[in-house]
Order: sequence, then structure tokens, then C-alpha cells
Amino acid sequence: MSEHKIQNDLYYNKDHEWVKIVGNEATVGISDYAQQLLTDVVFVELPDIGKIVKQFERACVVESVKSVSDVYAPVGGIVAAVNKALETTPEAVNTDPYGAGWIYKLSGVNAAETSNLMDAPAYKTFLDQDKAK
Amino acid sequence: MLKKTSLNAKHHTLGARMVDFGGWEMPVMYTNQIQEHQAVRQRAGLFDVSHMGEFIITGSDAVTLLQKVTSRDISKMTNQQVALGVICNEQGGIIDDITIYKYSDQKYMLVVNAGTTPGDYDWIKKQAVGLTVQVDNISDTMTKLDTQGPQAETILQKLTAADLKLIKRYNFIDTAIAGIPMTISRSGYTGEDGFELYFTNTAAEQIWDKLLAIGQDYGLLPCGLGARDTLRTECGMMLYGHDIDINHTPLEAVYGWAVSFTKDFIGKAALEQQKQAGLTRKLVGFEMLDRGIARDGYLIYYNGETVGAVTSGVPSPTLGKNIGLGYVKYGLHKLDTIIQIQIRTKLVAAKIVKLPFYKKS
Repeated sequence: MSEHKIQNDLYYNKDHEWVKIVGNEATVGISDYAQQLLTDVVFVELPDIGKIVKQFERACVVESVKSVSDVYAPVGGIVAAVNKALETTPEAVNTDPYGAGWIYKLSGVNAAETSNLMDAPAYKTFLDQDKAK
Repeated sequence: MLKKTSLNAKHHTLGARMVDFGGWEMPVMYTNQIQEHQAVRQRAGLFDVSHMGEFIITGSDAVTLLQKVTSRDISKMTNQQVALGVICNEQGGIIDDITIYKYSDQKYMLVVNAGTTPGDYDWIKKQAVGLTVQVDNISDTMTKLDTQGPQAETILQKLTAADLKLIKRYNFIDTAIAGIPMTISRSGYTGEDGFELYFTNTAAEQIWDKLLAIGQDYGLLPCGLGARDTLRTECGMMLYGHDIDINHTPLEAVYGWAVSFTKDFIGKAALEQQKQAGLTRKLVGFEMLDRGIARDGYLIYYNGETVGAVTSGVPSPTLGKNIGLGYVKYGLHKLDTIIQIQIRTKLVAAKIVKLPFYKKS
């Protein structure tokens, strides 16, 4: 597998979701490593707006040709927006995982929950260990 | 410990993603599953399917044995012919779906699924007791490559003096490819023109490399089991362990055409009885009308009632639709019936459509 991009200003969890926190709002997607592992994303089941998720709870689902994978919430909150464009262009999760491939936004986020997550250097170390296995 | 084919190292070198399939470490994809699928539909693809099993049946009672254990009327086969069929138990449940190769009245090859190979072998040996027939399981010595797609013949022709044009669909010849003796049939599991090659493991890497090298000019790609699955599903071909198994009969599946009631075989009485009593369920093809991919095991509903379950479901790269196979209560199997499939917490509409989903024009 080729190199995985890791974006600096994000937090990551061990299930390979990323989260960007601004104030008490968060944007969530899956990491470059995760999208490579999934291969071609062909379907994204977006969460319902208004859904309340706790940290590390299942929020929604992404599917490749062959597999169904849960997307967890890296932090808790209320689903405030979803990336509707993924209904017609799910491949954006592959081509631009940290940009156009974002999946949902949460409001009412407690930024202190990032203490349970990894920053970019820690995530890199985590992936290196994973690959060494 | 997973079993490995003779091409395992080649798959790793190509960067294939390897998975456990029926106890074998097999390539599920090399670089991109959809591109591999399209290569087969538009140009050519090469599959290592050496995990599948092969039995050689020889002796004066070969026909008697095969009439007994398979659903096909073996007496109607001509030499060099290939036929699909099933092996049933006494209850009519499908032990395996198989391909039969007739070399002569006293020599046949059966090609069976990987996971079912040991069980099939024991079953056939048991049925052979008292007959003048030998059953040899040669699976561990054989490499099986499928080269499929509109360019498959052109590519393979570069490696042999035999005129491949003369091999009709569902026929085979014994010839040499790149100097290696093998059985090649014009058949496959993709719905495209193509060939299945059976030869000794010792030549596996040599033949694989030659086919990849020559195929390069024609856009041939090595293809994994992922592409094989979407290709066969588009053609409505069943996969053992998913669409068919010991708990389903060939009549419930769409294998009725491969069952001959004009001869005796194990399971015939049960199937006749089932035919007379009427089926209670039937395998159908469906396409999703709303967003969602049906997967093996998802429940099928009609009017709020559970009426069956999905057995296969994929996004179809050729049709641009999400399609699937599953069993529904008999009566609901009619074309254009609207069913619902439970995908996680939602019921998603689907329509029963004619099989195959895709047919080569």
C-alpha cells in the first residue's frame, strides 16, 4: 500500500476517522489510510440530521463494492449537517478524504473529548505500528 | 494455516490484497476492483482460481457413478463437452455445484468449489463403493487459470498452435499452451467469452507470466475474486455458500435446467416430491429502486411481512445499479414485484427483475 496522507490540524481515532474542531462544532470524515483500506467507496449512508451521538458511537456507514464499514463519532454531539454530495459522488471519500469527502458535522461538541484522540504525529506513529504488525 | 496456490508469491509481488476464501489465501483485488471488472467486460482479465478442486473419474463404471451423483444426464454428453450440474443429497439439498468434463465414456473430470472439495470427495468415494471406477482428487497438483473477456481468444492464441476458434462454447480440448500440456475449455464464470485452463502446478508461474506479458498489449489485467463476484452476479450465476447450499434445492435455485428427471440420481425422489407439492420459495434477481446495497443475509419484506432473505448483492459496475439475488416466498417471485429489503434500520424498495441482469450482446 502506498503512503498515507495525514493532515496536521486534525484529530484521529483508532478507527481511522478524523475530526476538525472549530469552537463547539466538528467536521468528521475518514482518513486517507481508511479510504485506501476500504477501496472504492460506492455508497455512503449519511446520518440523520438531529441524531445525537456519543463519542465513539456508530454514526453512519460507508460501503465499498465488497464491504460495509461503520463510521464512528470521534467526539460526541448532534448531527448538524451532512455532505449530501456524497449521495451522488461517494468516490469523493477516496479522492479527497480530508476535503470534499467530509461526511457530517456535529454541533454541541465538547472540545475536551479530543484528549481521547490522537493528533497527527500520534496517528502517524499508530499507523506505523499497525503496518509493522 | 491458509492454503496457498502456486501463484501466491506472484499475487504478493503484484501488491494484491489477499483474503481467506474457503480456507485459501486468495487475491480479492490487485489495484482496483471496478477496473478489473471492466477489463473483463471490455478487454480481458486473468484469474488464478487454483483453489477450486478437480477430481478425475476413470473406469468402466464412470458413467454409472456420475449418473448417480450428479443431476445431469451424463449419457447425453459428447466427448470434449463441458456441462454444469449439481450434486444433491437424499433430501435434494445441494452438496455442491460442479462442472463436468467428458474426455471419454471412461474418463471424466469434475471441477468443484474450494470449500466443498474434501466433503465432495468423501461423498463421491462413498457412492463409488462396489463400482469399477477410480476417483482421484488431483486438486493439489493442478493450477486453474481463467482468462476471460472479448480479447481472451486473441491473447491465448499467441501461445498455441491449436486453432482456438474451433472450440465451441462449453467444449474443451487437450493441447499445449507455451509448450505445457493442458485442458482448455471455452467457458467461465463471468458472462464473457473466455477460457478455463487446467495444468500442472509446476508450470503455474511460467504460464501466468506469459499470459500477463502478452495480455498487456490487449489491456488484460490480473483480476481478483472481488471482480469475479461482481461479474458472476451480473450474469445471475450462483455462488455456493451464498446463493445455494445444502438447505436449498436446485429447483428453488435457478438450476432446474441442470436437473434431468429422465434418469436416476441421488435426491431425485425428493426433488420430484418437491415439484409435485409445489415450491415454497424461489431464488430471484432484484434491483434496488432506492439508495442502498443489499448484502447477504439482509431480510426481504413484502407488505410488512418477512418473505425471504438476500443471498448476494453488489453494485453492478456494468449496469450502474445495485443488484442482488435472494430467496422469496413462492408467488412473490414474479417479475416486477416490488419488495422491501431491510438495510440496517431502513426498508429500501427493490424490484424483481429477469435474470441474468447482464447478457453479452
